[in-house]
Amino acid sequence: MENKELAGIASQVRRDIVRMVSAVNSGHPGGSLGCTDFLTYLYFEQMTHNAAQFSMDGKHEDLFFLSNGHISPVWYSVLARSGYFPVAELGTFRKLSARLQGHPSTDKGLPGIRMASGSLGQGLSVGVGAAQVKKLNNDPSIVYTLHGDGELQEGQIWEAAMYAAANKVDNIIATIDDNGRQIDGDIDQVLSLGDLGLKWQAFGWEVLRMDGHNFDSIRSTMQAAKALTGKGKPIVIIMKTEMGQGVDYMMGSHKWHGVAPNAEQLEAALQQLEETLGDY
Amino acid sequence: MEFEIFGNKDTRSGFGEGLAELGQTHPNVVALCADLTGSLKMDAFQKANPERFFQTGIAEANMIGLAAGMTIGGKIPFTGTFANFSTGRVYDQIRQSVAYSKKNVKICASHAGLTLGEDGATHQILEDIGMMKMLPNMTVIVPADHNQTKQATIAIAAHEGPVYLRFGRPVMPIFVQPDANFVIGKADVLTEGTDVTIIACGHMVWKSIEALKALHEIGISAELINMHTIKPLDEAAILKSVAKTGCVVTAEEHMMNGGLGEAVSQVLARKAPVPQEYVAVNDTFGESGTPMELMTKYHIDSPDIVEAVKKAISRKNIII
Repeated sequence: MENKELAGIASQVRRDIVRMVSAVNSGHPGGSLGCTDFLTYLYFEQMTHNAAQFSMDGKHEDLFFLSNGHISPVWYSVLARSGYFPVAELGTFRKLSARLQGHPSTDKGLPGIRMASGSLGQGLSVGVGAAQVKKLNNDPSIVYTLHGDGELQEGQIWEAAMYAAANKVDNIIATIDDNGRQIDGDIDQVLSLGDLGLKWQAFGWEVLRMDGHNFDSIRSTMQAAKALTGKGKPIVIIMKTEMGQGVDYMMGSHKWHGVAPNAEQLEAALQQLEETLGDY
Repeated sequence: MEFEIFGNKDTRSGFGEGLAELGQTHPNVVALCADLTGSLKMDAFQKANPERFFQTGIAEANMIGLAAGMTIGGKIPFTGTFANFSTGRVYDQIRQSVAYSKKNVKICASHAGLTLGEDGATHQILEDIGMMKMLPNMTVIVPADHNQTKQATIAIAAHEGPVYLRFGRPVMPIFVQPDANFVIGKADVLTEGTDVTIIACGHMVWKSIEALKALHEIGISAELINMHTIKPLDEAAILKSVAKTGCVVTAEEHMMNGGLGEAVSQVLARKAPVPQEYVAVNDTFGESGTPMELMTKYHIDSPDIVEAVKKAISRKNIII
């Protein structure tokens, strides 16, 4: 896919995100906007997956698990725009009885979701387990996971990291959304992660880095990561992003982690984001 | 009221035997253990199916997450560790990744309750039934003896959905028939009686059998129900029995708060209010000691059941 086409989809996804959270005056736009380019690339170019016929088992499909479930708006939008469910359903986000729960869940059967997430730190374990079953089933496809950088403060992440390397789970590609911010402020102020690359290396992972807002960087890194699968080590990509990317007043601060724009702010945001595929 | 005894064994060995059998009959069963393979008697499965056995190390949170992930692709994961580390330590992982996500994970928990013994209160969980039965989508099973633990282990593989299976460490008499058919949610009526209904689970079923002899000697006719499934609870069996007996004693190796007795109370309060007495641990932690010393000290022994029965019967005639 041309970068221009990916950028067009990403612009529409960003419009979806701000409209969804603004409509219910709740949700998490900051991290959603920051991971838009990555998830757009993942679903529209990288993964082999079947949006038309979703199956929970996902045999012979690549799987994706969102560990930092609070950025559900971007995932929902990308899933809908990929054909997992009608785009119009984005208008039900966080509303009573909706399949689009505040945090992703399997409870109401939304196609594309295989595991609830929201309580942080659990998605890497889930992804590693699913990856091991792919091996047992002689299924050569790949498991992808996404994690917030703040989420890495949860101990379970490191339990899973240790386990995956010790067991040579080399069919998983985990990506870290390295935006440097969490709810209470900058990560370095709240609880520094130290040298993240060295930490993952020390845990036995292959470490790659990319610019999460540059499709050339995303493409070449994701292709390199895929080429590294099957070589005895799990793979992690530290992805540099900007929280709130694409909406000027949301960038450069942790303030928009979990705050929705009001009507006026929404208008200002939409003026910066081209409508390419038609709003829901 | 004589019970045929088929020897003496620990319930955890029943789990190990059941799991080993599943290894042969169910190619989709996988097992995970957090560094307690010997204690959980999972070695036979491990030896016969090394590619389907996953040693997670001392990292229970990761173990639960791995198990949840392994259901995707069609596997049926059985996790094994002590009851304390199977529940309290990983409650949120079970809540989100297993129960809420409705994953087909079997959480198998050994060394539950006081009868873990000398290791003391850090390991003697008495709250696990309560925690697990509060979770939507969770089935909670506490088999009574070695044979029943083996039968329950095999039965839960065929049940789609999350299950908590609780068993223990000490060697106890075996009284369930080796070829009994275990049905989830269907209580076993062990003796019929007219004066009192004793509803017990786990090791307390044997303690209740011991109590039956003493009760018989003083002319009390007790109906004993082995309530091996706490959730879903066999309400029909409870109501049918109390319609006859008019009072209830519940017996469990668990905290009174949140346990089997509380579940039974909910049924009685709504549908058939009758006197109920509880044989359970009353809002206290355990301590080191032999299993039988602890059951005596914390009042969950057979004499405690006899006393509770007398009290329940005496309350039947009080007109409020």
